[in-house]
Amino acid sequence: MSNTTTSPKTLFDKVWDAHVVKQDPGAPAVLYIDTHLVHEVTSPQAFNMLRERGLAVRRPDKTFATMDHAIPTRPLPPEQWPADARTQVETLRKNARDFGITLWDIEGDVQGIVHVVGPEMGVTQPGMTIVCGDSHTSTHGAFGALAFGIGTSEVGHVLATQCLLQRKPKSFLINIEGELGPGVTAKDIILAIIARIGIGGGRGHVFEYRGDAIRNMDMAGRMTICNMSIEGGARAGMIAPDETTFAWLKGRPFMPAGEAWDRAVARWRTLPSDEGAVFDRELTLNANELTPMVTYGANPGQGVAVSGRIPTPEQLDNPADRRSLLDALDYMGLQAGQAMAGQPIDIVFIGSCTNGRIEDLRAAADIVRGKRVAGDVRALVVPGSKAVKAQAEAEGLDRIFSEAGFQWRNAGCSMCLAMNDDKAGPGQYVASTSNRNFQGRQGPGSRTLLMSPIMAAAAAIEGRVVDVREMI
Amino acid sequence: MNPFTTLIATAVPLRAENVDTDQIIPARYLTAVTKAGMGEGLFAAWRYGSTGELNPDFVLNRPQYAGAEILIAGRNFGSGSSREHAVWALTDYGFRAVITPGFADIFYNNALKNGLLPIPLSENIVNLLLDLVEEQPDTRILIDLPAQLVILPDGQQVSFDIDAYRKQCLLEGLDDLGYLLAQDAAITLYETSLNV
Ligand code: SF4
Repeated sequence: MSNTTTSPKTLFDKVWDAHVVKQDPGAPAVLYIDTHLVHEVTSPQAFNMLRERGLAVRRPDKTFATMDHAIPTRPLPPEQWPADARTQVETLRKNARDFGITLWDIEGDVQGIVHVVGPEMGVTQPGMTIVCGDSHTSTHGAFGALAFGIGTSEVGHVLATQCLLQRKPKSFLINIEGELGPGVTAKDIILAIIARIGIGGGRGHVFEYRGDAIRNMDMAGRMTICNMSIEGGARAGMIAPDETTFAWLKGRPFMPAGEAWDRAVARWRTLPSDEGAVFDRELTLNANELTPMVTYGANPGQGVAVSGRIPTPEQLDNPADRRSLLDALDYMGLQAGQAMAGQPIDIVFIGSCTNGRIEDLRAAADIVRGKRVAGDVRALVVPGSKAVKAQAEAEGLDRIFSEAGFQWRNAGCSMCLAMNDDKAGPGQYVASTSNRNFQGRQGPGSRTLLMSPIMAAAAAIEGRVVDVREMI
Repeated sequence: MNPFTTLIATAVPLRAENVDTDQIIPARYLTAVTKAGMGEGLFAAWRYGSTGELNPDFVLNRPQYAGAEILIAGRNFGSGSSREHAVWALTDYGFRAVITPGFADIFYNNALKNGLLPIPLSENIVNLLLDLVEEQPDTRILIDLPAQLVILPDGQQVSFDIDAYRKQCLLEGLDDLGYLLAQDAAITLYETSLNV
């Protein structure tokens, strides 16, 4: 008997091994994909390729599309949408029709950011392989799935064959021991991890997050953390499924029911990494030592504790890091050594696949309740999906936000990426709950400060970056 | 996909780290439903001024780098979004190879699938190359994929790594789809035996 069957395996090993269809010597593995998520921006050229080659979608029953990136989130009739957004939406409708795949259309009851809708509908399940033409597909790893972003060529490969050619990445265990203090959230954990390892630090690896702080975290927080694995350069992030996972998933539309559910749960219980499983790298952080984080730079690794200061070039060893810091500060209009607390902001954006879930909106609403958005700060709340929006409205969160002076929007990516009509202007500072602070990410010349939903809510009320712990 | 064997070309030095795919092509250029003309959005925020005029200071716009087919840049190139549009923008503009101290995973994969050769070299060597093409923009660099070598005019050679399978695909101009379609029987067997 080969020792691969007896040596302890990681969660990632188990999911990977169960999906290798074939491995020719020298070639990458043929990896089977269980769920393929599709959106309007990265799929059109893949469907065109199928047409050019006369191919069908191999498993329309495993392929699910929604629209999120290009669509406006203001309540606009489609006639008033920008023409190119309408074209992309119409193209996706035609492709879904022609190839027989499920489309969660903006005209229907189910729609939203692909990484919010997938789990809600239950097409995200433990032990699955999940891909999408979007780097934040890592979100779905929160359920113990191996989920990663792919390019449009690979979207075409999965549509045609339900498989991808992949080399197996390495594994990286991230332990978060201890307990989070008040006002410190999942977002702060992941921003702290990326600040520590750098945005290329996870390259070629799949993270597994573990430890007390993860065990005690709800699914929303786990999704926030896995979502930003890609910002640490990792291929994917995973968390072993447990009772919290099963309770969250039970009864979702695409979940098995009855005896099939019991069998599925029994299978899922075998997924956690075996005792003694070896990882290629490991890192441990103590949650007790973490504080709310905020980014000052132009990549998600350029972050500090809100009570901290922007580093100075002299504090950095590597010349490339120094150049990157100086470029970022030049772009951001901030000073080396400057304190982050007190930095004025122009816009607040609460939403995205990182922090657009109901738990995020509840937490932000708790900060905002009975207060007013400062001066001429423009503040937006954009629910991650129609279901999140409906739930928030049922709980009266929309009124709390509206009365405070926030705009209450429809579901979509909105100002996370500025390819729709929500953009920040040149030089404007945005307190944002999204995941990327790249130059121009939220509009040409925009300056993004990434933070948690409660930190963003606090910034909206004060008109500047504040330590939310002073408000709770 | 066009095969890649050897290339002799001039290079553009882009002295920036962590050039993410939002920099390579901003989201507002992703509204197309085809790949055509993607080069227009390449490095848009750096290449164009606020009224759409060419920014004469940006390295790509300097006349001495016109016609370059190799891009040299800082580490962690292509991080962020999975948008393959970033690769299409580079190839549509005319680039055939990118040399950096390291690439983000998804970008690296996307490049190989479009015949754009990503060449990871050590940070020291990349810095030397940046200095060289800044001082002598007409330096012609030879990239020899079969031998996995970057060769400078003075005869200096540096070898680079590439996955043997990926190399073969580039040399023959093959994409993964043909290989995957040929696995139909194995895929069907997997589906039926696991009842998925
Ligand atoms: S919310 Fe932002 S990061 Fe998430 S899928 Fe949309 S554009 Fe991408």
